[in-house]
Amino acid sequence: MEQVNQGVRENVYPQAAQAFGRTLRQAVINAATPAAAVLVALACGAALLWLNGFDGSDVVTVMIFGSFQDMRSVGEILLKATPLILIGAGLCVAFRCSIWNIGAEGQLYAGAIAATLVGTNFDGLSVWVHAPLVMLAGALAGAAWAGIAGYLKVRFQASEIVTTIMLNYIALILTSYLVTGPMRDASAAYPQSARLIREAWTPRIVSDMRLHIGIIVAVVLAVALYIFLQRSSRGFSLRVVGLNPYAARYAGMQVARNVMIAMCISGAMAGLAGAFEVAGVTHRLYQNISPGYGFEGIAVALLAGNNPLAAIVSGGLFATLRSGSEVLQITSQVPQVLVLIIQGIVILSVVAFTRLRDIRRIVA
Amino acid sequence: MSQKPFLRVENIRKRFGPIVASDGVSLEIEQGEIHSLLGENGAGKSVLMSMICGMVRPDEGEIVFKGQSVRFNSPREAIRQRIGMVHQHFMLVPNLTVAENYILGQGSPLRVINDMDEVHAKIRELSDRYALDVRPDAIIEDLSVGEQQRVEILKVLFHGIDLLILDEPTAVLTPQETDRLLSLMGDLAKDGKTVVFISHKLDEVMRVSNRIGVMRDGRVVHTVNVGETNARELARMMVGRDVRMELPRSPEPPGHIVLSVDKLTCRAETGLPAVRGVSLYVRAGEIVGIAGVSGNGQTELSLALSGLLPVDSGRVILNGKDITGLDPARINASSFSHIPEDRHKHGIVASMSLSENTILQRYDQKPFASRGMLNRGVIGEHTRDLIKRFRIKSRDEDQPIGALSGGNQQKLVVARELARNPDFILVNQLARGIDIGAMEFVMEEMLKQRDNGRAILLISTELEELFAICDRILVMFHGEILGELPPDRTRLDELGLLMAGQTNQPALAS
Repeated sequence: MEQVNQGVRENVYPQAAQAFGRTLRQAVINAATPAAAVLVALACGAALLWLNGFDGSDVVTVMIFGSFQDMRSVGEILLKATPLILIGAGLCVAFRCSIWNIGAEGQLYAGAIAATLVGTNFDGLSVWVHAPLVMLAGALAGAAWAGIAGYLKVRFQASEIVTTIMLNYIALILTSYLVTGPMRDASAAYPQSARLIREAWTPRIVSDMRLHIGIIVAVVLAVALYIFLQRSSRGFSLRVVGLNPYAARYAGMQVARNVMIAMCISGAMAGLAGAFEVAGVTHRLYQNISPGYGFEGIAVALLAGNNPLAAIVSGGLFATLRSGSEVLQITSQVPQVLVLIIQGIVILSVVAFTRLRDIRRIVA
Repeated sequence: MSQKPFLRVENIRKRFGPIVASDGVSLEIEQGEIHSLLGENGAGKSVLMSMICGMVRPDEGEIVFKGQSVRFNSPREAIRQRIGMVHQHFMLVPNLTVAENYILGQGSPLRVINDMDEVHAKIRELSDRYALDVRPDAIIEDLSVGEQQRVEILKVLFHGIDLLILDEPTAVLTPQETDRLLSLMGDLAKDGKTVVFISHKLDEVMRVSNRIGVMRDGRVVHTVNVGETNARELARMMVGRDVRMELPRSPEPPGHIVLSVDKLTCRAETGLPAVRGVSLYVRAGEIVGIAGVSGNGQTELSLALSGLLPVDSGRVILNGKDITGLDPARINASSFSHIPEDRHKHGIVASMSLSENTILQRYDQKPFASRGMLNRGVIGEHTRDLIKRFRIKSRDEDQPIGALSGGNQQKLVVARELARNPDFILVNQLARGIDIGAMEFVMEEMLKQRDNGRAILLISTELEELFAICDRILVMFHGEILGELPPDRTRLDELGLLMAGQTNQPALAS
């Protein structure tokens, strides 16, 4: 168990090549678990469809590849991937610190509200100022919303699982109140806010597609969070707090501060996702602006093994499934809930496979 | 003795990936004997026993128990065959009571509710019979390490066993508790039960065993009757070389006072007073020991000194600076190093690499970090240097520290704490759960530090450890320092009495 690995290869290859080989092997092993989980889930989904009288393999194929028809549909996938990557990568940071932030949905709404407030006011600013200001407002509001739960945890030891869920409801209901009351666009038939000022809109990548620069921001931030977690001093202390809070205290780390930081980073990412939904997609605040991105983000982080870099891939995968389900609904009679079921199976099998791997590691 | 041994292990092999843990090991154990397994950490003792008790399945080979070939798929099946094991790491649910822990997983799924009165009564009866002092309604997390160990032993007895395997049971026990355990093992053997005792403490093994199997590199290399050997020979068999047990004394008289503690009091996490007015000092170039039975405030004393437990009153002065009640970061920065009692809880982050564990306190300091980012090159180089200097057996600096043996983990903790170049080193249980080779090494390292003018406070329940390297020994009892003795083996009785709370007036017994 604890002996030195004295393989024959040790003498053949230089140390660096060996270490690289090990890193590569580890990466493959790390990727194998979620990949296997996704395959199992898709197989289960196909079986489920078949039981319901559909051609299972055909439907699953459509679900994965059906949405890759042209540039426009790829753009739509990336549009959906944007909030999932942002939220998923942010939650990776919280989960690595053992902070179970279930409140990304609420933090998304908090960000959307703040983005709307900033985006509908301050007329006359240039797009170079106004658009980033909207993003900043969303991120700050999300961080603050998460910070409430963080404060309650470090001050009163209140379980963040409970408080973040409660804050989800508060944010959702607050949004409903705002768009039916104080922020309502009086001229509109439906409850919605006024349209954001043009300069506040998130710039599009190609003018005739809805895809906006949020996807670039999301990928850059996910990479940045990966570097933050793995390479920075603060990221190191977050991970130590998450793995062993006693050792963190012993080492002189401030557990409460690290908890607050992890909470606020994940909240800021969700808030930014909310800002992009308003400023990049709908340009108005609605009651149900998120189709559950905040919850799906949890699955994204889970599938990514709490690695922000991998959250880019898993966020893309979930976005693909989501788009595929819409294609399905148009082209066949497969109900959308089946896609939700498949997503559920993905999550279950990720958990199961990860547990299995960990158990094998412990026994070894 | 007989034709058919009670337990026979035949040519068992077990590999974990590239690592061979059991390399064709064979072993025979007779009914009613106390059979010790001796060997350094990593010799394969625990793995062998885990296979016998159904935790791990062997790749090859046969286990014959009571004349029948057995193959257990789980510890539960082994318990049904009346084989029970007490593990080195406790297998208890911390927030349940003793009785609740005992009935976990027991009984049929249909009969959910056990008769708790009956369970309590049975625990009390067993506890009284073997003088284990276990209360059935105590919550596990409120118990000291030593108490939890007794709860584990009683758990196995509770389930009813013929073969009891004890994996390093004395590593966490005080001398008195150890004596009690050793005589308990004798009692069990007299009742016809068979005991396998895994240890690397030669004196205990010599005292209690009928036969001793010495393990090295995944095999039993010798099996000897206890009357036909001695400690020195066993030590040689174990490590394959002679071990020096006596270490040199300090050549220099101690210097100025580095740490002084004045009437320190603090409470345990339970809120009960734990340290009651402790005063002591440690000078440069000396090792001061604190002896005592575990649970007499030593844990709280070391936590309070290092800033992990609030101080109620009193003063702690380090290098003329008041560090009372400062947070651990400030204390760490005051030339203070701490080798903690509970390595797994405070000392290491098991799933992190050796490199990451090396910078636990200095993750944001130069040269390991600059402008908020870790300097991985510097960290790796520093860790490789420590691995080499402290002869830490590991694949490389990126290996998770949890994959190392206890001795090598402790070596890394010691290396890390000494590398911080402290004036004062607080050590709580220097050699807990580590093998002789590593123990000798860390002790010599401590002596080197002393000779370099460091002040060291060594809290320990191991008298061997204290006698080997201390210049003065204080005795702690019930949160107080009862007296001071030189490390003189001829005054062992006096030390034992102090540890039991007996001062000059014998009537003062608690």
